[in-house]
Amino acid sequence: MSNPGTLDLINNFLATKGIYSLVLILLFLGLYGMIVSKNYMKKMMAMNVMQVAVIFFFLCFAQKEGGMIPILNGITTDPNLYINPLPHALMLTAIVVSLGTTGVAIALLMRIKETYGSVEEDDILRRADKE
Amino acid sequence: MSQHFPILIVLLPLSAALLSPFFSYFHRQAGKWVSVAALAGAFLCAVGLLLQTLQGGGQAIHYWFGNWEPPLGIEFVVDPLNGFIVAMITFVALFTAIYSTPFLKKSNWLYMGGYYTLMSLLCVGLSGMTLTGDVFNLYVYLEIASLSGYGLIALGGNRGTLAAFRYLLIGTIAASLYLLGVGFMYAKTGSLNMADLGVLLQAQMDSPLILMTVALLIAALGIKAALFPFHGWQPDSYTFSHPGAAPLIAGAMAKVPMYAMLRFFFYIFGAQHLFVQHGLFIVGVLGALGIILGSVMAIAQDDFRRMLAYSSVAQIGYIAVGLAVGNLYGLIGAVLHIINHAVMKSSLFMVIGGIQYRFGEFRISQLGQICKKMPLTVTVLVIAALGMIGIPPTNGFFGKWYIMLGAVQSEMYVYVAVLVISTLLNAIYFFRVMENVFVNPPANLKEINPVGKFELPLQMLIPIVIFGVAILALGVYNGVLVNEIVKLGLPEVFLR
Repeated sequence: MSNPGTLDLINNFLATKGIYSLVLILLFLGLYGMIVSKNYMKKMMAMNVMQVAVIFFFLCFAQKEGGMIPILNGITTDPNLYINPLPHALMLTAIVVSLGTTGVAIALLMRIKETYGSVEEDDILRRADKE
Repeated sequence: MSQHFPILIVLLPLSAALLSPFFSYFHRQAGKWVSVAALAGAFLCAVGLLLQTLQGGGQAIHYWFGNWEPPLGIEFVVDPLNGFIVAMITFVALFTAIYSTPFLKKSNWLYMGGYYTLMSLLCVGLSGMTLTGDVFNLYVYLEIASLSGYGLIALGGNRGTLAAFRYLLIGTIAASLYLLGVGFMYAKTGSLNMADLGVLLQAQMDSPLILMTVALLIAALGIKAALFPFHGWQPDSYTFSHPGAAPLIAGAMAKVPMYAMLRFFFYIFGAQHLFVQHGLFIVGVLGALGIILGSVMAIAQDDFRRMLAYSSVAQIGYIAVGLAVGNLYGLIGAVLHIINHAVMKSSLFMVIGGIQYRFGEFRISQLGQICKKMPLTVTVLVIAALGMIGIPPTNGFFGKWYIMLGAVQSEMYVYVAVLVISTLLNAIYFFRVMENVFVNPPANLKEINPVGKFELPLQMLIPIVIFGVAILALGVYNGVLVNEIVKLGLPEVFLR
């Protein structure tokens, strides 16, 4: 790190795209977990991680340097000084949807556990094939 | 009143979905009648809406929610194209709701009410996806349709629960990818309205972000439509779903994402751009592979429902090829096939559901000479099978014919070859069914549900016959449909 040029480059990257690369890593972590994990509960948790990554992505691009929360406070009505509130509103909907999906998933998982006595994919498939 | 048709299509089944368990509590049948009445109302509204757009010469009808002007507000946009598709969805939903009543004969009020809640919600989600003019709104309706779809699949028993859970995992990946694509488009333009996006994106179509968006949309809508190779969830889901709901799930649920793909690629992005052409090429190749592999897999199945599920993979491939061809004939073929396949696949699932209801049997090898026991049902089975193979005057022929015409016009002869081969493969697996039904020695079938005077309860028999007639009618009147309805809805570039 003796070269100041490299340091600038890294600083610059982290300042502009750093948060997006973290979101990308989170997204693929979720996808990876869903593919690799054999346990249905873990698969479902990985699914939630992936959904959260998408929500983070929306919140990240809504940010603006020096922007304040979008509330009419009597100081200014200039839209350039406010951050964009619409992605937050969209993500409220997405969070509700993700809650609903998780609820349905857990309900189905409880039924699977009752029927097959396990949430491990290998056990379940073995038993399901016997039927 | 008539200016509120677009919202009534969604609002009536939505209210019925919320009221159905409540009414069922007081009288076991009441919730059912509320739902059926609401779906009938939605169907009438959809037909009225389609007639309105046709009277306006194909001019799109815009319905603003709360009178907020787009692009700030959410709107429903109805042109002859999606008016036609939403009429088809509500038609299938209405008759599936009537058809499924005998399956619920012995269930308690909660099951009854819940079933009709899910059925109405599925219709809400699918119609909303078709009508909406807002990309985020489409995501919400997509999730409504998916969640109710998971519920209906899980009602099919133990294997159904397992299939529903696996579909839920994959379906959520699709929804997240779609949302990511919406995020990219929003970050680029600051708009979510489809018409507005269509204008704003034109200047930025060579940005790499659009390439990512196209890829994400193909993956997301491809998973939802069970386009090969994203079809892993589909055979189990169709096979083990509730037999009463299978016609709606198999018939309508996978077609609407293909319609959304058409809307995105041809109306919002515009097919003349390089990235969209790449995307359409990939969709076409996947579709062609799906046609061949889906048909081959269908031949290998003994379970009738699973055979139909694999044949759905092939039929989605036809629509994909129609989009990839991308000229006037290709698009007409794709749209016709969305409608036709929904009707054909629903009627086939109704037929096997009827056989399953009466005899508890769904293996093809066990259907020997069932034609003597259920003559009307088998007649519809034959009509629908001929439609799937593509023999005139059934409707299946015309969708394929237009796609082939388009492929010849664009000199994409590989697609022509694929379509011809797939017709042969279709013939193999449907003639195998017919051989069992007509020729093979009578199978030893035990009636598990006694039926009255007719071969099936009337609630099942009437929808089956109506769908059989619809297959023939859509085929015979297809010239009128294409000239008077479908052509009016296509993008203007094609009509010059």
